[in-house]
Amino acid sequence: MAIKNKKKLIENVIHGIFLILGLVTVGCVLLITVYLIVSGIPAIREIGLVDFLFGPKWASTAAEPKYGILPFILTSIYGTAGAILIGVPIGFFTAVYLAKQAPTRFKTVMENAISLLAGIPSVVYGFVGMMVLVPGIRKVFNVPDGASLLAAIIVLAVMILPSIIKVSMTSLEAVPKEYEDASLALGATPIETYFRVSVPAAKSGIATAVVLGVGRAIGEAMAVMMVSGNAANMPSLFQSVRFLTTAVASEMAYSSGLQQQALFSIALVLFLFIMLINATLNFFLKGQKEGA
Amino acid sequence: MKNMKKLIYFVLIATLLLGALTGCAEKGGSVSTDGSTSMEKVIGALGEAFEKNNKNVTFTYNPTGSGSGIKAVLEGRCDIGLSSRSLKEAEKADGLIETVLAYDGIAIIVNPANSVADLTLEQIAEIYTGKITNWNEVGGNDEAIVLIGREAGSGTRDGFESITDTKDTCQYRQELTSTGDVITTVASNPSAIGYASLASVKDSVKAISVGGVAPSETTVKDGSYAVQRPFVLVTKKDTKLSATAQKFFDYITSAAANEIITSSGVVPAK
Repeated sequence: MAIKNKKKLIENVIHGIFLILGLVTVGCVLLITVYLIVSGIPAIREIGLVDFLFGPKWASTAAEPKYGILPFILTSIYGTAGAILIGVPIGFFTAVYLAKQAPTRFKTVMENAISLLAGIPSVVYGFVGMMVLVPGIRKVFNVPDGASLLAAIIVLAVMILPSIIKVSMTSLEAVPKEYEDASLALGATPIETYFRVSVPAAKSGIATAVVLGVGRAIGEAMAVMMVSGNAANMPSLFQSVRFLTTAVASEMAYSSGLQQQALFSIALVLFLFIMLINATLNFFLKGQKEGA
Repeated sequence: MKNMKKLIYFVLIATLLLGALTGCAEKGGSVSTDGSTSMEKVIGALGEAFEKNNKNVTFTYNPTGSGSGIKAVLEGRCDIGLSSRSLKEAEKADGLIETVLAYDGIAIIVNPANSVADLTLEQIAEIYTGKITNWNEVGGNDEAIVLIGREAGSGTRDGFESITDTKDTCQYRQELTSTGDVITTVASNPSAIGYASLASVKDSVKAISVGGVAPSETTVKDGSYAVQRPFVLVTKKDTKLSATAQKFFDYITSAAANEIITSSGVVPAK
């Protein structure tokens, strides 16, 4: 009897510990959300939502400060879209090749290389971009300065490759072999089979991969800050630009007063973007569950 | 086996406790400074010398930027704030006082490949406000000028813009977040121009003369080099420094510290 009670007690204690640990995570999320909203709202109220979101000019320390973040929003959208445009085709075809065609040995080497690529800290991407890519763009396109939206797009495209390749590969490998066998037995060539059977069967997984890529690209700050020049211009390919993330990161250290509050508001906007992306992600993951 | 495990735990805990005790055994005060990244070199050297002269004293420096340093003093998070610009009226009204430690020249830097070696203060202002856009207008090659600057809020940017009277009107191509970034970028782009603390300028870039005066310790000190700014120690008016902090403050503002300040590439105020 005593032993049973003791066991039950231990069981309860452990249950309690797990609960507390779980609550810590939820607590962090809640804390950040509440903090961002509380510290982000005042500046928006003072500046005005429309002026803040759609104002074309940002000059936070000017004598007559202007707090319009439209250039940052557009830059973040263009930059992410550009990275997806370059990164997704490369990542997708790599995933199809590795999951379906590559010889085992080569696949192992490639998989290790991709994991390594995923593990490289973003400051290293930024450094290589700054030392190689930026001067390269200056020479190749004959522009006065290479630090530009294009440089950021290229760096981001490389950075999102690992997550796109890995997630797409996993879902392609999960396609039941019978599907492919049936297709091959009906006389389809391997390539036809991969693109007509395997890819459609894995489509929600691939969509998840793309959304993950978007999330990574839009949230990246360090690497982008080092190659994009950071001037608050409206985005254009060879122009120096500032993203939502870098707008917060580059000015936070020296900021004060309304400027600092406005930076929190930018963080809040970024947070909403990420929430939107997560909601999309959940939508696709749900689709995947029902599809499988 | 079980006893063995217990023993290991015991030893581990004992070691940890011992470690904690040795931490407490160290006596002597501490000085914490916080602020301008431009002042890293000079304050680091002064702190090191102070620690050497006074046993068991710890000196810390937090390179956060002038604005953050001033805020840190105000909130009591550090003893002495470091600012590479003079205090604003609003900050003085908050009960802060400034003591000039040294003067720092801001060097105007270009790529070594650039043939331009001298600009007037007016030309620099016109270049940064976008009135002059090509190097051939100031005697250089036919190349578009690429303007490199610092981010809004930076002490160096504030210093540069107030000296050249170009506040809020600079047409930056790049706004970088550290002196090192500016130097690296100018070193890698033949048509770039930037500004950086004289103390941190390296051979990878060329510091041009302004109005015929080359930036150097002597020209900053005698005031003939135009682009210069103060390095300021920020303290609270009505709060007394701790004994150690006061000792440090007295030491770095005394003539004894001049040699160290000079060797860090800036010019002592006294």
